[in-house]
Amino acid sequence: MDAIIYSLPFLMNGLGVTLLVSAIVVALSLVIGVLLGIGLIYGPWPLRWLIRLLSDCIRGIPILVLIFVVYYGLPPLGLNLSSFWAAVLALTVFKSAHVIEYVRGAVTSIPRGQMEAGMAIGLIFPQRLRYVILPQAMRRFLPPWLNGVTDAVKGSALVSLLGVVDLMQAINQVIGRTYEPLPLYVLGALMYFAINYSLSTLSKVLERRYSYIRE
Amino acid sequence: MTATNLLQIDKLSKSFAENQVLKSIDLSVAAGEVVSVIGPSGSGKTTLLRCVNFLEVYDGGSIQIDGREVGYVDTSSRKRRGEVDLAGMRAETGMVFQSFNLFPHLTAEQNVMLGLRRVRKKPLKEAREIAQHWLSRVGLSHKADALPSELSGGQQQRVGIARAVAMDPKILLLDEITSALDPELVNEVLDVVRQLAVDGMTMLMVTHEIAFARDASHRIVFMADGLVSAQGKPDDLMAEVATNERLRNFLSRFSATAH
Ligand SMILES: Nc1ncnc2c1ncn2[C@@H]1O[C@H](COP(=O)(O)OP(=O)(O)O)[C@@H](O)[C@H]1O
Ligand SMILES: [Mg+2]
Repeated sequence: MDAIIYSLPFLMNGLGVTLLVSAIVVALSLVIGVLLGIGLIYGPWPLRWLIRLLSDCIRGIPILVLIFVVYYGLPPLGLNLSSFWAAVLALTVFKSAHVIEYVRGAVTSIPRGQMEAGMAIGLIFPQRLRYVILPQAMRRFLPPWLNGVTDAVKGSALVSLLGVVDLMQAINQVIGRTYEPLPLYVLGALMYFAINYSLSTLSKVLERRYSYIRE
Repeated sequence: MTATNLLQIDKLSKSFAENQVLKSIDLSVAAGEVVSVIGPSGSGKTTLLRCVNFLEVYDGGSIQIDGREVGYVDTSSRKRRGEVDLAGMRAETGMVFQSFNLFPHLTAEQNVMLGLRRVRKKPLKEAREIAQHWLSRVGLSHKADALPSELSGGQQQRVGIARAVAMDPKILLLDEITSALDPELVNEVLDVVRQLAVDGMTMLMVTHEIAFARDASHRIVFMADGLVSAQGKPDDLMAEVATNERLRNFLSRFSATAH
């Protein structure tokens, strides 16, 4: 037990890496996914076709395979990434493809007449997105996306496969030294749970903030 | 070109794939004039209105507002206007939709203010004053902070009208704006339109309220099969029943079901 307490700072470091990986992946995939999602809906056909192809392919590959493809596939192309950034890149690509689909689902659920009403008062396209479409799409986008954020936190444990010392890897290393797997896995599970519990609380607040049908 | 007409439509044609919906429409609306368009369902009335603010891209002919070609840089070249240019023209053309199309995430006042703020670039205070003015004109001052979901159909449509006229458009297009309403809510909306007509607003409206068209408009246009089949002052048009069989059929079917 003492050994576990001594290794707490080490575990906290791992937790920090897990949070960092999750945060970077969530933020990047949000930006990329929203931009490409809008491209998929409103872009010219070659762009739409390309995004559709990419999204389908990426979502069709197991995340594990994607991580190894990036890790082993990029150096021969002259791109040398640290295992941290290779893992972040793979997770971001994977998450972005999912965000694209959340965006598509949310935006296409908005009736045509909304875009037309925006046109009729003279809003240009980016204004129609910003003031008319996206605020309404938010309501449909948030629940699956926040779910996806939780998945991203859990999925970030896969970076340990490339030797990145995140929470998962830290736990494994401590177990390697202390031979006390059970308390450590319980501790780890609690930490992941704490992160995701905070997220789901946050998501309830956000969802209430963006629901414009007053009950 | 005749500069006297605010809206000038010449030989307008429009097809959806094989289906030629507008064959060759000639129609003009002078400044301050109220013109109603009537005609059987599927005759192309909605398509016509949508072409006027380029929600629908037309194939042939010309539409001019105040001497400027709608949607295209000029009549002959058919080069599309850019997004900003097009939006600028649309801002001059108010539109009220059959299904209201209010922005559901914005309050009544915010619905009216959006175009004033983002298109007309009015400061917040002035935009709010204009919005309040128009909401009061349509009798909804007390509903300024209500969301569309909290309003009746008639109230929603009055907000729709306020949103359109607050932009101070040159012409207002209205597409069967009472046809989605319960009968008891129709009059509160028609009264607002009547008042706008009295104030001299130029309007082109598609309506199935024949009695309303007769007493509120300067001219009625009867459309059938993508063509203007007859038009004239309300009483003159009604007199054409004797010679225009299509019009006779249309109106007789109407009086049978009129409320
Ligand atoms: N977006 C569209 N795509 C294909 N056909 C359409 C479309 N909009 C209208 N139409 C067709 O055009 C014809 C005229 O429609 P519309 O202008 O709505 O007539 P009205 O308003 O007089 O009832 C109808 O046959 C309708 O099916
Ligand atoms: Mg119609």
